[in-house]
Amino acid sequence: MEAFTIHTGRAVPLRRSDVDTDQIIPSEWLKRIERTGFGAGLFSEWRADEGFVFNNPAYAGASILVAGPDFGTGSSREHAVWALQDYGFRAVISPRFADIFRGNALGNGLLPVQLPAETVEALQTAAEQDPTVEITVDLAAREVRGAGLVAPFELDDFTRWRLMEGLDDVGLTLRHEELITGFETTRPAWLPSVA
Amino acid sequence: MGRTLAEKVWDAHVVRRVDGEPDLLYIDLHLVHEVTSPQAFEALRLAGRPVRRPDLTLATEDHNVPTTNTLAPIADPISAAQVETLRKNCAEFGVRLYPMNDPGQGIVHVVGPQLGLSQPGMTIVCGDSHTSTHGAFGALAFGIGTSQVEHVLATQTLPQRRPKTMAVTVEGDLPAGVTAKDLILAIIARIGTGGGAGHIIEYRGAAVRGLSMEGRMTVCNMSIEAGARAGMIAPDDTTFEYLAGRAHAATGPAWDEAVAYWRTLASDDDAVFDREVVIDAASLTPYVTWGTNPGQAAPLGSRIPAPADYADPAARASVERALAYMGLTAGVPLSEVAVDTVFIGSCTNGRISDLRAAADVLRGRRVADGVRALVVPGSMQVKAEAEAEGLDEVFRAAGAQWRSAGCSMCLGMNPDTLRPGERSASTSNRNFEGRQGPGGRTHLVSPAVAAATAVTGRLTAPAQL
Repeated sequence: MEAFTIHTGRAVPLRRSDVDTDQIIPSEWLKRIERTGFGAGLFSEWRADEGFVFNNPAYAGASILVAGPDFGTGSSREHAVWALQDYGFRAVISPRFADIFRGNALGNGLLPVQLPAETVEALQTAAEQDPTVEITVDLAAREVRGAGLVAPFELDDFTRWRLMEGLDDVGLTLRHEELITGFETTRPAWLPSVA
Repeated sequence: MGRTLAEKVWDAHVVRRVDGEPDLLYIDLHLVHEVTSPQAFEALRLAGRPVRRPDLTLATEDHNVPTTNTLAPIADPISAAQVETLRKNCAEFGVRLYPMNDPGQGIVHVVGPQLGLSQPGMTIVCGDSHTSTHGAFGALAFGIGTSQVEHVLATQTLPQRRPKTMAVTVEGDLPAGVTAKDLILAIIARIGTGGGAGHIIEYRGAAVRGLSMEGRMTVCNMSIEAGARAGMIAPDDTTFEYLAGRAHAATGPAWDEAVAYWRTLASDDDAVFDREVVIDAASLTPYVTWGTNPGQAAPLGSRIPAPADYADPAARASVERALAYMGLTAGVPLSEVAVDTVFIGSCTNGRISDLRAAADVLRGRRVADGVRALVVPGSMQVKAEAEAEGLDEVFRAAGAQWRSAGCSMCLGMNPDTLRPGERSASTSNRNFEGRQGPGGRTHLVSPAVAAATAVTGRLTAPAQL
């Protein structure tokens, strides 16, 4: 996983709430067995509409998505995160994220930044008025800066450390393998087995 | 202080707890399907890691599989490659798989319960958000992403922060003609698609206790549509009766020991929930969705809402967009909305009692001219059961198509899709834009309403026939 410490980039304003993972990456794309190449499918239904903000060339190359509340609802497809990253996003800002999406994003180093609705709207307005405006997402300081505002966000110390180090969970967990083995000896015998 | 059901199950699975870090939870059952697993197996292969507990891992083919002509090779080469990849991965890593045409094959959330693998007090995960279904047994069951699938395959554990708890208490009894599906649609309409975010919901109260296991699965299945991490119902005699005698349930003294433990799982009387919601069952009627998220639902007897009914500007904009996408006009009675397609099936409503409810409505009736009705059993076992009862004949005689098991038109990854602009009444779980096919319009309904809608060609409750 690519480490995340600080990122500065331009922002795409997506003024929609309940952006579900079926919109982020339609199910047709889930048939692929690779982990890369999903950027072409990102919001592919919405991108068919010429007026959709992603089709505005002024936002080409933007790396921060600023969306309405309840971003990433619905399906558990991690492909949604892969699509956002493959398209070039490093962070998504929203007043609230769906739990599974947030977990998937944190697991891949795509930073989900939760900010109050007024702040998100202010960032959207700034990016609408001036698509060249740059926003900085500073994980070390846990704050978003730019467009004339400084907005602190919350993220627990452990998760922040893991992201800044770019560590994947499997390696961290396997450091505690003896605890797992120990736990397994305590499981009741009546628990079902597939075998 | 007492503990809730969710807290008891959580605490019993903590492998490692350190201040400031997520708890490391042991996973009792990992269900796998073809869509969210290929990249996880590939990562194991690259790291040279085995599957730690193949004996606690079960795979099935469900999302991509066609529901007609299932003995022929899968026509879509990309779907075929994904299914073939699962077969190779399961063979290489020693994971038991129920492939297409196997009598054990079916939708992952139908297969686990029917085998008796989903039991009270367990932790169950799957790379699928509707894993919340298994919470009906008093298990802590939740959907995970592919990186977490890899993590569970490699370690049989998952680092997780404990969600908050929320009680949804449904007091009184459901009126006649009101089903588990109506209840969960009403709950989501009440608390919203983000209403359960960060929480595990426990469904309680007389109306919930009165539901069958299959009804409870329908309710817990859609917890994710309220944004909840999981949904749970405390195990009781209904649960134990359902499990007794199933293939993977304990027997003899081990069964007695299990039941004694399961009886301790109910939330303590003095347990405190972070949030509580009370619903009056008597006030409920059949519910349908009118919009493009599952929270946009209303009684079938009501009218399509207007954007102006909503004070919050974001909600107003969302309603406006939804009505435009759905091609609906505010103020029109929902019962006047005409459909092209009826889909009965999915992990929400593809079980035998769902098919019985639909067949009861269709028996001696005909699907309306111009309406395509698909009945897709949730598993091959449900299919066999339905055929033994003659339900397939009821569906065929009514003019509906009787299919083979799979996820089918719930998400349109197989050939069963809506065409652009087509409108369905569907017993599935998501009415997102394009969910059942690009440009398709979905109304979520119960199996009984789906069947009645097939007869009239417009959204209809059985009582109106």
